[in-house]
Amino acid sequence: MAKITLSKLRHSYVPDPQPDDYALKEIDHVWDDGGAYALLGPSGCGKSTLLNIISGLLQPSEGRILFDETDVTDLPPAKRNIAQVFQFPVIYDTMSVYDNLAFPLRNRGRPEDVVKARVTAIAEMLEVTSMLKTRAAHLTPDNKQKISMGRGLVREDVNVVMFDEPLTVIDPHLKWKLRSKLKELHQRVRATMIYVTHDQTEALTFADQVVVMDLGVIVQIGTPVDLFERPAHTFVGHFIGSPGMNVLPAELRDGGAFFVGRPVPLEGRIVKTGTLAQIGVRPEYVSLADQGLEAVVTKVADLGRHILVETRAGDTKVAAIIQGDAPAKGETVHLDFRRDQTRLYLDGWLATEAETRE
Amino acid sequence: MKTENQKAWFFVLPVLILVAFNALVPLMTVVNYSVQETFGNNQFFWEGLGWFEQILRSERFHASLGRQFFFTFMILIIEVPLGIAIALAMPRRGFWVPVCLVLMALPMLIPWNVVGSMWNIFTLPRIGLLGYFLNDVLGIHYDMTQQPVAAWITIIVMDVWHWTSLVVLLCYAGLVSIPDAYYQAAKIDGASNWKVFRYIQLPKMKTVLTIAILLRFMDSFNIYTEPFVLTGGGPGNSTTLLSIDLVKIALGQFDLGPAAAMSLIYFAITLFVSWLFYTLMTKDDQE
Amino acid sequence: MTIELHNVTKRVGAVTHIKAATLTLEPGHFNVLLGETGSGKTSLIKLMAGLDPVASGRIVMNGRDVTKLNTQKRNISLVHQFFVNYPHMTVFDNIASPLRVAGMSKSEIEGRVEEAARILQLKPMLKRRPQELSGGQQQRTALARAIVKESQAVFLDEPLANLDYKLREELRDQLPELFAGRGAVVVYATSEPEEALLLGGKTTLMSDGKVVQFGPTAQIYRRPVSLEAARVFSNPPINTATVVKRGGEARLGDKASWTLAGPHAALTDGAYMMAVRPNHVVPARSDRAVVPLTGTILVTELSGSESSAHFKMGADNWVSLSHGVHPYKVGDNHQFFLDPSQCLWFAPDGTLAA
Repeated sequence: MAKITLSKLRHSYVPDPQPDDYALKEIDHVWDDGGAYALLGPSGCGKSTLLNIISGLLQPSEGRILFDETDVTDLPPAKRNIAQVFQFPVIYDTMSVYDNLAFPLRNRGRPEDVVKARVTAIAEMLEVTSMLKTRAAHLTPDNKQKISMGRGLVREDVNVVMFDEPLTVIDPHLKWKLRSKLKELHQRVRATMIYVTHDQTEALTFADQVVVMDLGVIVQIGTPVDLFERPAHTFVGHFIGSPGMNVLPAELRDGGAFFVGRPVPLEGRIVKTGTLAQIGVRPEYVSLADQGLEAVVTKVADLGRHILVETRAGDTKVAAIIQGDAPAKGETVHLDFRRDQTRLYLDGWLATEAETRE
Repeated sequence: MKTENQKAWFFVLPVLILVAFNALVPLMTVVNYSVQETFGNNQFFWEGLGWFEQILRSERFHASLGRQFFFTFMILIIEVPLGIAIALAMPRRGFWVPVCLVLMALPMLIPWNVVGSMWNIFTLPRIGLLGYFLNDVLGIHYDMTQQPVAAWITIIVMDVWHWTSLVVLLCYAGLVSIPDAYYQAAKIDGASNWKVFRYIQLPKMKTVLTIAILLRFMDSFNIYTEPFVLTGGGPGNSTTLLSIDLVKIALGQFDLGPAAAMSLIYFAITLFVSWLFYTLMTKDDQE
Repeated sequence: MTIELHNVTKRVGAVTHIKAATLTLEPGHFNVLLGETGSGKTSLIKLMAGLDPVASGRIVMNGRDVTKLNTQKRNISLVHQFFVNYPHMTVFDNIASPLRVAGMSKSEIEGRVEEAARILQLKPMLKRRPQELSGGQQQRTALARAIVKESQAVFLDEPLANLDYKLREELRDQLPELFAGRGAVVVYATSEPEEALLLGGKTTLMSDGKVVQFGPTAQIYRRPVSLEAARVFSNPPINTATVVKRGGEARLGDKASWTLAGPHAALTDGAYMMAVRPNHVVPARSDRAVVPLTGTILVTELSGSESSAHFKMGADNWVSLSHGVHPYKVGDNHQFFLDPSQCLWFAPDGTLAA
């Protein structure tokens, strides 16, 4: 297990890059030993590039990577003591499940009794003991993926285990099981794990700390709660949560924010300056009230646990998640934003400060 | 279900007719000949299984069948590993890919009888470049019209030159279809190059390799034109393969009955070996 | 336009893929087919599209028996999970292809393609080829091709499954508008219960080749006819446990008991299978969630605004789902509260009792 330091990392897939050519723009970050981390972002945000740089499959254009205090930037993947689980399960078809799990250990010349003890323990954890003698080619996709994970966890000396969208080919109802399994595994083996995904649920469920990336830049690093409760950027607000945060065009005057001509109370005072002003409030914190902002209901979806109401205020779409009785489509309603969850964003970045509670 | 599929027969019909005239009718003619004796004039006499018995006991048949097997064995043992090795060495992407592919395909585009003549002239002492080089420059006595060993070496080298490309191209197709993730995972698992070959590349090439070996077996077992043009079966009978012998009997001596019986035995052997091989290769997948 | 299926069965060799499906699908709303992979959704779509032969039963479209009619004559569109476009054609030509096959005039083709491209925001990409587009744009091209045709039935077979999470949300949001007012029957196959709820309309629950339940989406979510239906329409999985009724009291092994009210009280005494959705097992007592359940926390998950906890009580695993963030700790004993009025009781044969 190791601490991972990324120092001034930059990467471009083209030679002699211009500033816009970087798939990964200057990243400086430290991942602590034994943590569970997620890299979250849409396709093309640079998360896979970063992952491949850490695993050594890709040489960064600039910057260094350190495992603990050792510089591994120039080491090939096999020398880095890492494990990686890919999007599509990689298994050795002709081998049995046991041999698959034993493969990384045997390649490193471990004695057979050590191999046996490790494989048995990992198989137990993954609940695949009954399949040890089966040929790996005959397994279902989720079991194949479990075996790929097992090959990563079987080595006692791995610095970091990386997951590259590992649940892509897994059925939704099994995804849920594997997700819990993975979390449980982390709690048991305490290896540093990095999980790359575009799926917020997977990221928030798995990680203690989530790194949100967009366009090659880290937008926010925080706990799942932070990201949900206080998005540092409108992108994070939009990307996390389903549906994402309402981002409403705002007007700044007299030291306050206005939306469709009405003043909107914010969580606290505005501490930054900027040109493009937007109000961010999650649908979870928008409720229907007797008075206040007028809006017309455009869509109602009964989601069982709660109701998703989409409205139009002026020309802007505002979503609300409510409990209880649903309004009818076309009805005019009044919206209320919970004050301590209503924030101002300037040029995309959070510009208000939460009021400290007395 | 059936009512909908009626139309399909209509489309299959031309193929059926073609196959009938191409394979079924000639095959039945051969079966017909194989149980009769003829002295020309279109007169036939019933012979029963006599020809089959005679051929199966004939030493001449055993000898040419042995040579045929030896030939096939030799070319498979050379072409398959060589083909895999070349396929592994070929670039997977970039500018050189099409160049390599075209170079590989070239020998296969040359007509078979031309290949035979080419190698004939190429290896003849004094006339041919190789013949001249071996005999007059290196001083090695090499003459396939005189020496059985030289004749055999020439036939085998010729076939390897002509057909290894087929194995290469098929294996290459198998190799490029392996996703990068497999190689990356193997690197991370600390696998050596040999293990990558043994546990990733070879299993993924298995299907195409099966096809390649089957094709090479059937082709080489039935090979006729090239060795006939090259050596004519000589010197003596040393390179008289079963196919060459068959033509000698059928057309040279006009012994239609024995030739037909021999064809059928030949056919049965090819079919049986192919079936055996295919069953063994695919057995694993079905267990 | 309607599609009716009467006892439609599909067999391949000795295996029955679809077992006597009877359904009526109508335009004006989404017809969702919900079930796990392998439950028969794609098989059913292929039968309706005429891509596979029906072993027995009848398919009627708009009053006309089409059971034996081939795909080309059914006037339908199909969008796959994988992005299927003609790689050598531009986006414009891709969208125009069904119209060209139909022999439409050049000006009319242009008009229709422009219109479809506008709705699906593909206008700037019309001259590009599919491989130059992102996954979302490729799938929008496939959707555009499906709508220009003005076909009577549109089959969408997990069309969003291979898209990024947010793109999926965005495109799903546009779908209802896309098909509104076209009069076509829209069939949408998905394996995600949440997606069925978001699309609304009517849902057909499928399991193991059978139609388990059919009806308005929200209604069958609340009143599953059988335990199987409840299981298919629940993610995270619905909690199940054996409950014994004696007189006015319900007993959950030796773990919990409560006084029965409403329809549950009217049932005959005996053992039942009880199912309750995770959002009715919550970490805080309320006026409705009153029955305490204590278990050991196994795993905790946070998905945006909701947190779930998986806990073990006796031999059974339970899941609780609630709004907000809770300080669960794995391995701790924690008390949850069950809302008995939201429990669904099933008779031993699996049918809904109350």
